[in-house]
Amino acid sequence: MNAMNKIQTSTVAGTPGAKSTARRIAEKTLLQLAPFIFGFFMLAFWEIMVRVNDVPVYLLPGPILIARTLYTDFGSLWPSLVITSRITIEAFLIAAVGGLLLGMLFTSSRWIERCLFPYAVVLQVTPVVAIAPLIIIWAKDTQVALLICAWLVAFFPVVSNAAVGLNSTDRNLINLFQLYGATKPQAMWLLKLPSAMPYFLAGLRISGGLALIGAVVAEFVAGTGGTQSGLAYRILEAGYRLQIPRMFAALFLISATGILIFFVLSLLSRFVLRHWHESAMGDR
Amino acid sequence: MSSVSTAIQEDNDASVAAATEHASSRPLISIRSVDKIYPNGTEALRNVSLEIPGKPQFVSLLGPSGCGKSTLLRMISGLDHHTGGEIEWPTTAYDYKGRPLAEIGFVFQEPTLMPWATVFDNVYLPLRLKRQKRAKVHDQVMDSLRMVGLEKFAKSYPRELSGGMKMRVSIARALVTKPKVLLMDEPFAALDEITRLKLNNDLLALWEKQNLTVIFVTHSVFESVYLSDRIVVMAARPGRILADLSIDAPYPRTEQFRTSSLYNEHCRDVSGWLKQAMAGVEDEH
Repeated sequence: MNAMNKIQTSTVAGTPGAKSTARRIAEKTLLQLAPFIFGFFMLAFWEIMVRVNDVPVYLLPGPILIARTLYTDFGSLWPSLVITSRITIEAFLIAAVGGLLLGMLFTSSRWIERCLFPYAVVLQVTPVVAIAPLIIIWAKDTQVALLICAWLVAFFPVVSNAAVGLNSTDRNLINLFQLYGATKPQAMWLLKLPSAMPYFLAGLRISGGLALIGAVVAEFVAGTGGTQSGLAYRILEAGYRLQIPRMFAALFLISATGILIFFVLSLLSRFVLRHWHESAMGDR
Repeated sequence: MSSVSTAIQEDNDASVAAATEHASSRPLISIRSVDKIYPNGTEALRNVSLEIPGKPQFVSLLGPSGCGKSTLLRMISGLDHHTGGEIEWPTTAYDYKGRPLAEIGFVFQEPTLMPWATVFDNVYLPLRLKRQKRAKVHDQVMDSLRMVGLEKFAKSYPRELSGGMKMRVSIARALVTKPKVLLMDEPFAALDEITRLKLNNDLLALWEKQNLTVIFVTHSVFESVYLSDRIVVMAARPGRILADLSIDAPYPRTEQFRTSSLYNEHCRDVSGWLKQAMAGVEDEH
């Protein structure tokens, strides 16, 4: 430790500018890689502990076995992944468009907001697991039921964020639009929607993950078998058959989907706001 | 559809042209015994009368905070409503809501730019709201940017500009519709001293070139004397006009004017009036 300090001081004294830049870049790269390195060590620890303690596979399989299962079972898991993803994406898109439209409706009329907002909250705070059985009974088609469940969970963050965003437009800019006789649609398109964008996109990021959770939860409740079943059913099925590595493989696919959704929506947010919003500026 | 709107446009142009013939004889804005009482009973303005002549003027509204100078400006623009008296624009055309049609530009205390839009799009906004095609008014927007010296920044975004530059964009936007009156609500109050002095000179240069009346709200004696040929001193509680002074120094005014004895004399005079405007307020505390 002492020796390292000495070396650093001497080089810094030699060429201060170059050295510090190089160090900063190295530090930054390390910071970027940190979560992966940490994850790698955790997985290694997991694998070692499982092997050393001889933990049975039906209790906790090691990551290597899970990876191998994922590879061998991918053919049977892939269709389920497609089904779960499709429901998630459909629910998310309906929630995004519907949420934005409802948010716009809320800002255009105090009355509509007063009447509807409390019920949006009621829907949000009622656990989806509790309503899912009812929806599955009511809906003719299971797929539709799943879609409704996922949508119910994903809907609220978009509505509430869009409403907050649309209501927090700069007063002076509203005055300016008034001054030039802007019509209501003009004020909505050119002023309120753009200024609500950061809020709306933040809502989307939350609701993307929630749509997946909603879809998976509803699949668990519905518990339908056959070809039309999603990843959640694959987990249930594997659990009954004590195929624990397969359970983990399905779980991994669900998490990966969630991460992908979050990543894509973060990129979208950065792209849309790249010119003006602090949140999209990053470290620049 | 488009032919109808052009016809209306031409009609407006004709009436504006007819109006300008009498412009020097008829007042541009007549404010007669205007009161403003807020619903909670606060009396913001009492019996304010002011005439802005047809001939271009640089008028400053000067007074302590709470004297209603900003309120008066907002009422002239139609953003705020008076509860008594009349505000008339005898020479102008009106839109269907009774507001003067494209005759005013407004500059707020903040630059009030849309952060998601480029400098060009910010200046284009007033024309866009009047459904003018971008390609058709491109040169008009660029002219306005050139007037404030920012034509090279048309594609920049507001966050890339300094505070003074943002204010210039705001001024370019106010001027893009070629208004007769430019209303400015303490536009340079948030800027640093050096930027403010520079923008003062730029504004004067602009004003001398354009056929323009400026109504400029400020709480700075020095700024108002340097810029205006007329200063309206207002007092608070209730907001009222205390004095209507003329600053008879020739334009163009330069930095030399700031050090002249004439300037000092006017500053002393105006300060005296401002002191009187504050007197009532100090008594209350």
